[in-house]
Amino acid sequence: MDKLLNDFSPGLFVVQTILLLLLIFLMVKFAWKPILNSLNEREEGIQDALDAAEKAKLEMQNLQADNDKLLKEARAEREAMLKEARELKNKMIDDAKTEAQTQANNMIAQAQAAIESEKKSAMAELKSHVSSLSIEIAEKVVRQELSNKDKQFELVESMLGDAKLN
Amino acid sequence: MLFASTIALAETPVKDGANDGGQIDTKTEVEEYILHHIQDSHDFHLFSYTNDAGERKHIGFPLPVIIWTSNGLTTFMSSEFHHDDSGQVIVEKNGLKFTKIHSKIYELDAGASTVAFDEDHHATNAHKVLDFSITKSVVGVLLIGLLMFVWFSRLAKQYKKKAIPTGFGRVLEPLVLYVRDEIARPNIGEKHYRRFTGYLMTVFFFIWILNLLGLTPFGFNVTGQLAVTACLAIFTLIIYTASGNKDYWMHILWMPGVPILIRPVLALIELAGALIIKPFSLLVRLFANISAGHIVVMSLIAIMFTLKKSLGVVGATSLSLVLSFFITLIEVLVAFLQAYIFTMLSALFIGMAVAEHDHDHDHDDHGHEIPDAEDVRADFI
Amino acid sequence: MYNLIGAGLIVIGAGIGLGQIGGKAMEGIARQPEATGKIQTAMIIIAALLEGLAFGALFLGK
Repeated sequence: MDKLLNDFSPGLFVVQTILLLLLIFLMVKFAWKPILNSLNEREEGIQDALDAAEKAKLEMQNLQADNDKLLKEARAEREAMLKEARELKNKMIDDAKTEAQTQANNMIAQAQAAIESEKKSAMAELKSHVSSLSIEIAEKVVRQELSNKDKQFELVESMLGDAKLN
Repeated sequence: MLFASTIALAETPVKDGANDGGQIDTKTEVEEYILHHIQDSHDFHLFSYTNDAGERKHIGFPLPVIIWTSNGLTTFMSSEFHHDDSGQVIVEKNGLKFTKIHSKIYELDAGASTVAFDEDHHATNAHKVLDFSITKSVVGVLLIGLLMFVWFSRLAKQYKKKAIPTGFGRVLEPLVLYVRDEIARPNIGEKHYRRFTGYLMTVFFFIWILNLLGLTPFGFNVTGQLAVTACLAIFTLIIYTASGNKDYWMHILWMPGVPILIRPVLALIELAGALIIKPFSLLVRLFANISAGHIVVMSLIAIMFTLKKSLGVVGATSLSLVLSFFITLIEVLVAFLQAYIFTMLSALFIGMAVAEHDHDHDHDDHGHEIPDAEDVRADFI
Repeated sequence: MYNLIGAGLIVIGAGIGLGQIGGKAMEGIARQPEATGKIQTAMIIIAALLEGLAFGALFLGK
């Protein structure tokens, strides 16, 4: 302990105290403060950049989700539209078909009616023709009969022959 | 080993044996030389040799001596002592006589013309003066202070231009970050560490670079000077005493959760711990580690001379080289470790002084306090 | 002479203490390698405190 106290130099202690005070003051003012401030700034900058990147990523994810949603909606809409169109098409075809059917049926009915009436009128005409024709024939036959007696016989004979053949 | 050699070498009686022209080759001379080296010196001595004429020549340069004497401030160059360190050379300045004994400057009492010694080799007719000389240690401090200032202010300037330093700044930046993130921040706490980081960084780099400087062949031993380490420790003491908050003082002076009767005793112990033991352990640790390191390295180098007879020149030299090489490597580690520990403990003490005890102490069934980790740590230190 | 014996005793005590610190720290690290950093820091601090004590005693006796 004595030796230690003997080694201790009060002068050096004073000089060292002054120099250390000076050194601390100078270092804090000209070195540590600017260095630590810059380091803090840099770290904050890095943190901000990281935060921003994280935020951007999140936004991207949101956007992606939105996109997906939109896409899904669009797809559903297209699907719905297609379905609607298909239904419309089918309906139109069906409508057309039924209309055509009814029209055809109508036409057929009209045609049948027309044919029926034509047939009736034709039959009527035919009937009148036949009657007039038979009257004429009868007239002619009668006339000839009246003019020629032989012939009348002949005719009757032939007619009878025909009837025999029947 | 470190302790043992410190003691063994320190206990050797000092003899003034310079009859062979000042060559250092015997055991006692080596021990004396080592003891001389770990003390501060008034001149910057690089090496000595004996010339052809048999004269001992010392190469180095003198440093100014500035002393406060009974006649006021006196200055002269240390070359006037002619490398004498045993009180033989008397320098007359300002009407007073001065001499240098073991790196200390003594002022001779009035009327005395030579120094008289008692049997313990203490001067009887001379007294020490207040010595503000620019000694070798002061040169070391100035050198390192300048170096630190240049390095770190350049780093600070680099940050103004861009965020990432270049060149030597790239070496310094991780060190700065290390001190801030590994020493200041965890020990002081997120809230207060900014106030003390400047001091801690200054002290860390100051001690570390001076420790490393001590390992160079220039033979600085700045952090092995009690005055220097005492100054550093007292700075820490002042800082943590001045920044101690209410909780800190209450835990020292009137420890809560302890029986009333024990509190004054505890206060005494705590006060002694905070004001004496903590700074004392700081100053002694640094001083002893660095001094012991220097002594060991120099003793191992001295094996070259002391074991020359028993091992031969080659054997002694190679043994000395191998041993001193490895011990020097360890000393490089110790240089960092001591700077780290000094800064770390300073940060810890400051952290304890500014810690906020916002937690309620848990009490067990008998009303005694269950110590939490912080209290245990505080008691331990 | 006596203070040399005292120094020896101090060194023995400090050695035992340092051995305990180092050994327990190693055990702790082996058990929990992920806590290596914390254990090392605590180990260095405690070793430094012990060292301060030992040096203090040595120099008081010197």
